[in-house]
Amino acid sequence: MSGPDDTSAGGKSGPDGAGSSRPSDTELSARLERLNTSLGHVRAKAEVPAPKEQDTSSKSGVALAFRLGAEFVSGVLVGSLIGYGIDRFFSITPWGLIVFTLVGFAAGVTNMLRASGEGRKIGPGKS
Amino acid sequence: MTVDPIHQFEIKRYVDLLNFSSVQFSFTNAAVFMFGIVAIIFFFLTYATRGRTLVPGRAQSAAEMSYEFIAKMVRDSAGNQGMVFFPLVFSLFMFVLVANVVGLIPYTFTVTAHLIVTAALALLVIGTVIIYGFVKHGTHFLHLFVPSGVPGFLLPFLVVIEVVSFLSRPISLSLRLFANMLAGHIALKVFAFFVVGLASAGVAGWFGATLPFLMIVALTALELLVAVLQAYVFAVLTSIYLNDAIHPGH
Repeated sequence: MSGPDDTSAGGKSGPDGAGSSRPSDTELSARLERLNTSLGHVRAKAEVPAPKEQDTSSKSGVALAFRLGAEFVSGVLVGSLIGYGIDRFFSITPWGLIVFTLVGFAAGVTNMLRASGEGRKIGPGKS
Repeated sequence: MTVDPIHQFEIKRYVDLLNFSSVQFSFTNAAVFMFGIVAIIFFFLTYATRGRTLVPGRAQSAAEMSYEFIAKMVRDSAGNQGMVFFPLVFSLFMFVLVANVVGLIPYTFTVTAHLIVTAALALLVIGTVIIYGFVKHGTHFLHLFVPSGVPGFLLPFLVVIEVVSFLSRPISLSLRLFANMLAGHIALKVFAFFVVGLASAGVAGWFGATLPFLMIVALTALELLVAVLQAYVFAVLTSIYLNDAIHPGH
């Protein structure tokens, strides 16, 4: 982008700006070659072979707190909802609620650990 | 005037479209704002990219930066295969971002402060994860719920916990955005009522009213930060969840 030789390719001219045709064809092809190689470098750098399970590391503390709170609350909420549904479905009130609220608690803590990045080692199948 | 911080979230029906026995489909102010948000995004992006200059202007630069930003984020968290989902993530990000920012303008309606809107977005994401996971990997997708290297007697418990944890994702995704927007707008409104209440209490109140007024200025800046940050978090989590659909377990 910032070579000494793209001064002739001014911003406004666009693809049709080659009408003045100051540089010769060989020059142009050489420049294209150079651009291709440098673009290849950029592309190779952009290749990400394996997805890092990286998270938003540069966030403010308030946002992180909000996020972790939501993770935890949603785990407990889903667990109790499942327990309530099981109670209604099998009519074994309070057992489903008791068991699945605890499971939801565990799931909330798992969520929270995973969200904070601590759980990367214990993630699901993420070795 | 109404002293009711919740009043700003009221749904107003403009046109009743369909009426079933218990379900009503209406064209509401929320629908108006959602159409408006989509129109803003559409016109901004077409306006910004109309020139296609090599050296971008301001608008084109903004459009390119948002593209690059989301593309890098998707590549970082879901790999290069994740780029098939780039249109989805980019649309979600732009929708949430513009909805949040539009909601900060006085007298507008914040669609993302309604749980049903954020829940619909989150269900869209998680539905995509489930459908794509099963179509791409078949039953291998279920390995997502089976942690590796766990002693056999713990496995049933951990699978149940993983399933509940997976099911809680759309809840936390929608709850976070909704709660942030709702809390921020209510806080702004409450401080605004302080200003009005104090200012009506005479000359001494005028000086007192400057304190909550300064607070509103600070809160508005904070809310702008939160609005952008929540759109970003929504997009990041979307791409992290989509990563699970692309690479479920090992």
